[in-house]
Amino acid sequence: MANIQEKLAQIIPGATIEDDGTGIPQVTVDDKDWHDLARKLHDDPECPMDYLVTIVGMDWVESLGAIYYLASSKTLQRCSVRIQTTDREKPMLHSVADIWRIAEIYEREVYDLFGIVFIGNPDMRRLFLNIDWVGYPLRKDYNDDPALNPVSTENERQSDFTNVYVEKEDGTVEKTERRVFEADDFVVNIGPQHPATHGVLRFRTAVDGEMIKKIDVYMGYIHRGVEKLCESLQYPQTLHFMDRLDYFSAHNYHHGLCIAIEKAAGIEISRRAQVIRVMMDELSRIASHCLFIGTYCMDLGATTMLFYTLRVREQILDIMEKTCGARMTFNYDCIGGVMQDLAPDFVQDVKALLAVLPANIKEYNKIFTGNVIARNRMIGVGTLSREDAISYAVTGPSGRASGWACDVRKTHPYSIYSELEFDEIIATEGDSMARFECRMKEMEQSARILEQLVDNIPDGEYCVKVPKVLKLPKGSWFQMVEGCRGVFGVYIESDGTAKPYRLKIAPPCLPLATVVDHITRGAKIADLITIGGSLDYIVPDMDR
Amino acid sequence: MEVTCKGVPYEAFKDNEYIEKLVNELRESGTNVIVGTFDKLINWGRSNSLWPLTFATSCCGIEFVSLGAARFDMARFGWEVARASPRQADFMMVAGTIVNRMVPVFRRLYDQLAEPKYVIACGSCAISGGPFRNSYHVAKGIEDIVPVDVFVPGCPPRPEAMIYGIMQLSRKIKVEKFFGGVNRQEKQREFLESHPVE
Repeated sequence: MANIQEKLAQIIPGATIEDDGTGIPQVTVDDKDWHDLARKLHDDPECPMDYLVTIVGMDWVESLGAIYYLASSKTLQRCSVRIQTTDREKPMLHSVADIWRIAEIYEREVYDLFGIVFIGNPDMRRLFLNIDWVGYPLRKDYNDDPALNPVSTENERQSDFTNVYVEKEDGTVEKTERRVFEADDFVVNIGPQHPATHGVLRFRTAVDGEMIKKIDVYMGYIHRGVEKLCESLQYPQTLHFMDRLDYFSAHNYHHGLCIAIEKAAGIEISRRAQVIRVMMDELSRIASHCLFIGTYCMDLGATTMLFYTLRVREQILDIMEKTCGARMTFNYDCIGGVMQDLAPDFVQDVKALLAVLPANIKEYNKIFTGNVIARNRMIGVGTLSREDAISYAVTGPSGRASGWACDVRKTHPYSIYSELEFDEIIATEGDSMARFECRMKEMEQSARILEQLVDNIPDGEYCVKVPKVLKLPKGSWFQMVEGCRGVFGVYIESDGTAKPYRLKIAPPCLPLATVVDHITRGAKIADLITIGGSLDYIVPDMDR
Repeated sequence: MEVTCKGVPYEAFKDNEYIEKLVNELRESGTNVIVGTFDKLINWGRSNSLWPLTFATSCCGIEFVSLGAARFDMARFGWEVARASPRQADFMMVAGTIVNRMVPVFRRLYDQLAEPKYVIACGSCAISGGPFRNSYHVAKGIEDIVPVDVFVPGCPPRPEAMIYGIMQLSRKIKVEKFFGGVNRQEKQREFLESHPVE
């Protein structure tokens, strides 16, 4: 396996390779070379950087820019590339949307929040904010006067057109308008208030009879600006927002941000805290998949399943409530360990759960999985190939159902996962049934992890002492953890103070919603419900 | 008159002063025996079959799902008929944050609800913006957008708290005056006139 540093030096001669705080090599390249280099990195035969984890938009005051986090699905190596522009009036960078499919929506997000235009991106519109929004909120000089962007009960102005910026041969950039749909398309609006979209997401669906031609995913109905809020809060205060992104993976997201901050501050946490964190993560995963099965079956018309699956979920919520004091939004993991010690009967409760879980999973399979109507609705519906899953950065159970081994617990183990025995569930079909079954089997694996840990919770302190005002040294850190729906990445850049200079959240659900357009093309409109449900996106997570 | 709900003792409710004020207002205005009896009948029916609108934007919506499942079982009280269309629902439980882009949609949903309609602001985000109050893209409470009948605090409120909140709404409906002057509807009209939509 070629060393990634050597590889970068070979592809990008003369570039200085730095390390960010988490050991991911970072290179700074010039914007005009970026597109060719990206192509080379992506197509490299030995170590193809085919997975674009996230694009972090940045405002360094003297310049604007973006940091691309890349990973290889083959060798699992990671690197990051930094490009920037000093023009604040009309900042422009080159798009890589033709290399990684997911880059299209990531670049739109950066454009929306930083105002950086990506030349060559086929869809340069606002993503979360209205087209009339004044300013770019994540810029440091953003004017947040509510009079500029008032809360209005008037319908927002919408356009049928999107912008494309094309570079001509003489180097000037021309802005052209392009229709989102064809002029004679019949467009049906699904959402934002629709029970099948699982939250306030809107699909503008062009249909031809019953066939779907194109879907324009319209988000932002629950964009709360968490990243900007974090910049005005101290590190421990930023943690509680993680509960409210993907509220099913509250523990996992907390875990991710805590690891990033602990790495940056050089805090070692006790073994007991690590075991507690991992157990909580796995309990969340079971609870989350239970709710997924319930709501998904409900979408397909099997309402009764919800009552069966919520029984196990309630049992898990009881365990968590005894320890964390809340049924949701636990705010349990903290910097240095966990907030409070385990409840006295935690072990007993987990054992009781593990005793009833196999019978429950068997029951779910008996009621639903073998049902002929369910099978006909799921098998072969919404097939996603492995290449597309990687190109669209579809991670988690949905990505693994397409045959891509993308479980961060295996690829980049954190905490104590490397010591634990569990299988990564991988299917090859890539259809809705595979996605459903992957989750079903993952519950068994999570139970396996819990079985290994429940009798081996070591003694010790549950939280180490950390300074009241925590200041991180200058630098940047990127941490990936496995949420219940896929890879959750968090990027922190510190300028040496007690507040983050930039805290970027890379959620798994944004790619999941983006890929809906790709896999529903040519499908029937009733299959949209099956496909959307099987991807299991959480809208507050993608919008943040 | 002790206004209670589903056999819960009157003392178990925490804000009886408010309900007593409503009862006194009713008493002072005086009611015809026949009309009053009709009122009682209508209110009995309405307060016992409240149909919610399936409307959830974030975390609180998941607790609302739990409320519908077997453990908390809102079907015990006649609230289980959650409708996806506002035209068939009686009240909307605003479960979750309302952001700028959602405001016009939310207001339209409210306008589409058939009369009589009620709103429960569920969770701190709906009440005040909650932890996201300082954000650039969050409405600071739904009270500026629609008239609210009951506030249920919490982040998210427990399902028990939601049951309590809907019971309070049910009690409020029990002392409504349908024929003649209506306290609540007048207030609502006043509100709508001061918050027009183009």
